[in-house]
Amino acid sequence: MKMNIYAWPQFSRRFVPIWQRNYLVWKKMAGPSVLGHLADPVIYMLGLGFGLGAMLPEIGGMSYLAFLSAGTVCYSTMNSASFEALYSGFARMHEQRTWEAIMNTPVTLDDIVISEIAWAASKSLLSGVAVLMVIWLLGLAHTPLSLWIIPLSLLVGLCFAAVALIVTALAPGYEFFMYYFTLVITPMTLLCGVFFPVDQLPTMLQGVSAALPLTHAINLARPLLNGAIPAHVMWHVAVLLGYSLLGFYLSLVLFRRRLAQ
Amino acid sequence: MSSVIRAAGLRKIYGGQAVVDGIDLEIRRGECFGLLGPNGAGKTTTLRLLLGLLGPDGGRVELLGQAIPQQAREARQRVGVVPQMDNLDPDFTVAENLLVYGRYFGMSDDQIEARLPDLLEFSNLTAKRDAKVPTLSGGMKRRLTLARALVNDPDVIFLDEPTTGLDPQARHLIWQRLRELTARGKTLVLTTHFMDEAERLCHRLAVMDNGRIISQGSPRELIADNIEPEVVEVFGETAAEWAKTATQFADRFELSGESVFCYVRDAHPLLHELQRHPELRYVHRPANLEDVFLKLTGREMRE
Repeated sequence: MKMNIYAWPQFSRRFVPIWQRNYLVWKKMAGPSVLGHLADPVIYMLGLGFGLGAMLPEIGGMSYLAFLSAGTVCYSTMNSASFEALYSGFARMHEQRTWEAIMNTPVTLDDIVISEIAWAASKSLLSGVAVLMVIWLLGLAHTPLSLWIIPLSLLVGLCFAAVALIVTALAPGYEFFMYYFTLVITPMTLLCGVFFPVDQLPTMLQGVSAALPLTHAINLARPLLNGAIPAHVMWHVAVLLGYSLLGFYLSLVLFRRRLAQ
Repeated sequence: MSSVIRAAGLRKIYGGQAVVDGIDLEIRRGECFGLLGPNGAGKTTTLRLLLGLLGPDGGRVELLGQAIPQQAREARQRVGVVPQMDNLDPDFTVAENLLVYGRYFGMSDDQIEARLPDLLEFSNLTAKRDAKVPTLSGGMKRRLTLARALVNDPDVIFLDEPTTGLDPQARHLIWQRLRELTARGKTLVLTTHFMDEAERLCHRLAVMDNGRIISQGSPRELIADNIEPEVVEVFGETAAEWAKTATQFADRFELSGESVFCYVRDAHPLLHELQRHPELRYVHRPANLEDVFLKLTGREMRE
């Protein structure tokens, strides 16, 4: 019987022990990891926010620093999930052969891919909470609506983990990930309203921006941090979920193809 | 004796080439079964097919009564695997590696903890319980990999070249442990290209080449079926020249560099002839599995 690489994914709770494994590894290096989650966004927010923000007027009724903070939450959670699913995921799959060891047990590749997404999303959650605390400490958000950033971080994590896994499944080596960062992640940060409002872009680029998941994450995060209920909540959530599901299925098919060699 | 693994007409094709080309196997409970063959013969692919990690392009597999690959998950619940390349978790200690691996079988932490002392003792790693993997020697890593494969108390253990890269001491310790496992009634399936390993450990063997099984049986049967019982190896610069003049003394000659392998049913006339050639050195020994292997798969290098 040939295995069908396009088969519908089989969900089971067997991804939990893999998540626990990754957590145990992470716990051993939690200090540097948390510092990493905090340092980068804080440097951006303070550097750009105070430096650039001092020269800029308010944007849509908020200071530039407050404007930037919403972008930074999404940007950080996107990066956390992407790095985890690309570099660490590739190490587990290829270099350390952790997946191979796991697949010799009753755990299957489907469980492993689910665990990778769940784990990367957990790292995003951590990252999102870390940035949110900085935002609170800087007094940039005074609203209980800002708590919604926590589930949003998880959703953004699922989305970017799933998309990044497609790249991991195709990668011959670590160098390959530079293409993804240079051609996808960097343009995305510039097009999706992290540093400036999307409506500053030419109309054509605004169309591109509307198709990118980071735009939808920021369209949710920015009003929430500013104490307003976002417009078109269901639409933005649906786009992020759509990318998650599509990324999950595509990467699973590609991993099945890759590992059946 | 009941069989724990049955394969019929097993085929796997990569890029138009059959890597496994119609294999039939029946492996019985409690035996140590060896898959022997040169690199690229299809041994590892066969193991992966038996485990349900690959879908075959033809044929059927049954492992512990389960259809493979459809019921591979259920079957692997009672299987242990020692892979060819180490894939221990380098960030973990010895004990953590066993704990984390046991969870993949759905075992509770208490169940795994209860098994730890036995597993550590079996693998001579009790003193290394809290040592990190990178600090272990090659032999210790192999033993830990073996202990890890036993964490779920499996009925069948697959070992892909279990002693490749080990020094003789480490290799002997692994062999001893594997014999203990068969003594406990476990079924072992191993691949190897070490003939002494196969001869010492395996009750039955299958010699593979180019994806096919070319001979099967106990080590003694393989020797009796395939080759003359005695071998005289003759060395020296003039050995090849000498062999041309001595064809009547042996059933078969094989030339390899400056050595001539003479396969004989009765070595006495040949040994007598060699007394007349003091410039040649020689070794007289019974035929072994390596002779069978080289006869069946050829002496040329595989690269």
